[in-house]
Amino acid sequence: MTQPLHFHPSEGFAARARAATADPALRKGFRGAMDFLQTKRQAQFTDAAELSDLRDLGAAIRRYSLSRLPELLQQLETNLVANGIHVHWAENADEANAIVIDIARRREAKLVIKGKSMVSEEVALNHALEGAGIEALESDMGEYIVQLAGEGPSHIIMPAIHKTKQQIAELFAAKVPGVTYTENVDELILIGRNVLRQKFAEADIGLSGVNFAVAETGTLCLLENEGNGRMCTTVPKVHIAITGIEKVVEKLEHVPPLFSLLTRSATGQAVTTYLNLISSPRKPGERDGPEEVHLILLDNGRTQAYNDEQLRATLQCIRCGACMNHCPVYARIGGHAYGTTYPGPIGAIVSPHLLGIGATHALATASTLCGACAEVCPVRIPIPELLIRLRNEAQSAADSGSELRGAGESRSVLVSMIFRAWALMYTHPMLYRIATWFMSRGRALTPTAQGAWTGIRTPLVPAPKRLRDLLAERNSRHE
Amino acid sequence: MSARERILQRLASAESRSPLPLPDVAAYYAAHQRNEDAAARLVRFRTAIAAAHAEVHDTDDAGWPALLCRIAIEKRLRSLLVGGDTADAGTLANQSQLPFALRSYDSAAPGWRNELFTAIDAGLTRAKSAIAETGSLVLWPDSREPRLMSLVPPVHFVLLDTRCIHADLHGAMTAEDWSSTLPTNALLISGPSKTADIQQTLAYGAHGPRELVVLLCHPTGAQS
Repeated sequence: MTQPLHFHPSEGFAARARAATADPALRKGFRGAMDFLQTKRQAQFTDAAELSDLRDLGAAIRRYSLSRLPELLQQLETNLVANGIHVHWAENADEANAIVIDIARRREAKLVIKGKSMVSEEVALNHALEGAGIEALESDMGEYIVQLAGEGPSHIIMPAIHKTKQQIAELFAAKVPGVTYTENVDELILIGRNVLRQKFAEADIGLSGVNFAVAETGTLCLLENEGNGRMCTTVPKVHIAITGIEKVVEKLEHVPPLFSLLTRSATGQAVTTYLNLISSPRKPGERDGPEEVHLILLDNGRTQAYNDEQLRATLQCIRCGACMNHCPVYARIGGHAYGTTYPGPIGAIVSPHLLGIGATHALATASTLCGACAEVCPVRIPIPELLIRLRNEAQSAADSGSELRGAGESRSVLVSMIFRAWALMYTHPMLYRIATWFMSRGRALTPTAQGAWTGIRTPLVPAPKRLRDLLAERNSRHE
Repeated sequence: MSARERILQRLASAESRSPLPLPDVAAYYAAHQRNEDAAARLVRFRTAIAAAHAEVHDTDDAGWPALLCRIAIEKRLRSLLVGGDTADAGTLANQSQLPFALRSYDSAAPGWRNELFTAIDAGLTRAKSAIAETGSLVLWPDSREPRLMSLVPPVHFVLLDTRCIHADLHGAMTAEDWSSTLPTNALLISGPSKTADIQQTLAYGAHGPRELVVLLCHPTGAQS
C-alpha cells in the first residue's frame, strides 16, 4: 500500500530556497528560460492599446463567469449530459482519485495515458493510481521527462524547465531501454515519440485536463502543441477529463479572447498548434474517438476562495504562467523550492485554499511585491493585493473571525507585537516624534546583528538627523 | 447531500455575488477588425501558417492531384490515407498511376490500429475553413474523415478552398454558427506538431505530424 502524501510547503521552504539560490546551474537555467519567455511574450504584444483592451475583455469574461458560477456549472452539466458525457463532482483530492479509480476498475484498465493536467498533479492522481495497481504514464514531453526522473513539474506550462538537455540525455540513456546517449534535441524528442506512440495504442484510458469548459454547448476545450492531448482524448476507449470548477465560461464566443490571451501570455505564441474542442463521445457511425467521456469537476478549496469577495479574483486565473515568468523570486529559486503543485505568484495565492494558510504562509512572503505579476496577468488578477491579504490572514488573531482554513495558525507573537507597535507609532505623531528622537540620538546602540537582514546585508542604522531636524536647520538658515 | 449539492450550495451562498453584465465580445472584434479584402486575408493566413513551419502550395480544383503526387514523390511517401467515400478520395482514385498506395480509413479491418500507427506515411483531409489572424485550419472530422487522419500519419496534407478564410476565430465561429452546430470534435490546426520542452529548443514532430502541407485551392481560373 502506498503511503498518503503529506503536503506542508512552508516546512523547509527557506532551506529549499537557499539551496536553489546557491545552485549556479539552476540559476542560469531559470534565468535563461525566463528571459526567453519574457522576450517571446513581449513580441506578441506590440500594440499596447490592443493588449489593454484584450486584457479588459479577458478579465470581464472571467469575472462575469465567476459571478454566475453555480448557474453555469449546472448549465454545463445539463448540456454535457445531453451530449452523452458523464459528469462527476469531487470535493477534494481523494474523491477525485476515487472516481478515476472506479472508472478504471470497471473498464479493467491497466494503463492510463495522460495529457498534461495540473489538476491531476494537484490531486496526486499518479500516486493514487499506483496505489490501486494501475500504471499512469505522462505523455507530454516535459511531463514524461519529469516522471522518468521521479520528479514533479517545476513550471505549470513547461514542466521540465529546470533540466538541461545534458541531464535529459543522461536520463533517457539510463531509463529508456535500448537508447544510447545523445544530446541532439530532435533525436531526444524522437525517442519520446516512439516510446509513447506504442503506449497510446495500448492504453485503456486517456486522461486530460481542460482549459475552458463551455456551458452553452457542453464543450471541453484543450490547447496544446504536441498532439499528445489529441492522442489521449481520441485513441483510448475512455477519456476522462479533470478540471477545477472555475474553468467554466458561458458562451463559445468567450473562448477566442481567452485562447488568444493564454497562448500569447504563456509561451509567446500567436496560437497553439492544436485547439481541440470535444463535445461528445464517439457517435454512431463515427470510426474513432472514445466510447465514454467523463468530466470530473473538482472543488478542493476553490469554494473557499469563491466565498470571499476579494479572494474570488484568484479563480479568474487561466493558468498561463506569465506571473511566474516575470517574477524575480521565481526566476531565482525555481519551481521546486515552493513545494507546491502551482509555484510562483499564482501558486502563492491558490495554494492557501488547497492546503490551508498554515501550511502555505511562507509562500506569500516570497514576494517583493514589485507588481510585475499583476502587470502581465492577462485577466488582471491583483496578485500583490491578494498576497498582502494572505500575509495578514496568516498573522490574524484567533478572534479575527476569519473563515479561511488555517488563518492565524502561523501567528507569531513577536511579529504581531512589532506591527502593533509600528501602527501605534505611525498613527500618533507625538509618539513618533519621541521615538525617532531616541533612535537618531541613540544610533550607536543599534545592534549589528539584525537577524535575517544582516545575513546578507549591512545593518540598518537610523540617520544621525531626522528629516524633521534637517528641515528645522534649513528653515533657520533661510530666516 | 452529495458532493455536487454541497459544492453548488457553497457557491450559491457566497457573499456579495451579484451577476455582472455579459461582456460584449462582438464589440471588441468589431472595434479591432481590419479593412482587408480576400486577397489580403489570404496573404495574412499564408504568412502566419508558413511562420509556424507549414508548407504552403497554390493550386486549384483540377490541379491538386498532380501537385500532391509531385510532393509525395519528393517526400518519398509510399502510402496515403484518404477519407471514405469523399469527393477528394474519388478524385484521387480516378487518377492513373499514383506514386503511392491509396489507403482508405478502415477501422473495421483486422490490425487497423497497428497499420495506422506504423505503416501509413501520410494523410489527406479537407479543411472546413481557415483563420487568417493565427494561420489556423479549421477541421471538423466526421465519419468519412475521422479524427486520427490528421494526427497519426507523419505527413498531413490539407486541402483548403481559399474562399473560406475568416479574419479571426471569433469571425469563423459566428459566420459558421458553431455554437449550435459543433460536431463531436472540432479542431484548429496551426502547423505541424511541435514541442520546446527540452531547454526551450523547438522540435517538430512531437506526437503528431512532422510536416503539415497546405494545398490552397484557388477558384478555377483565378490563379495567376
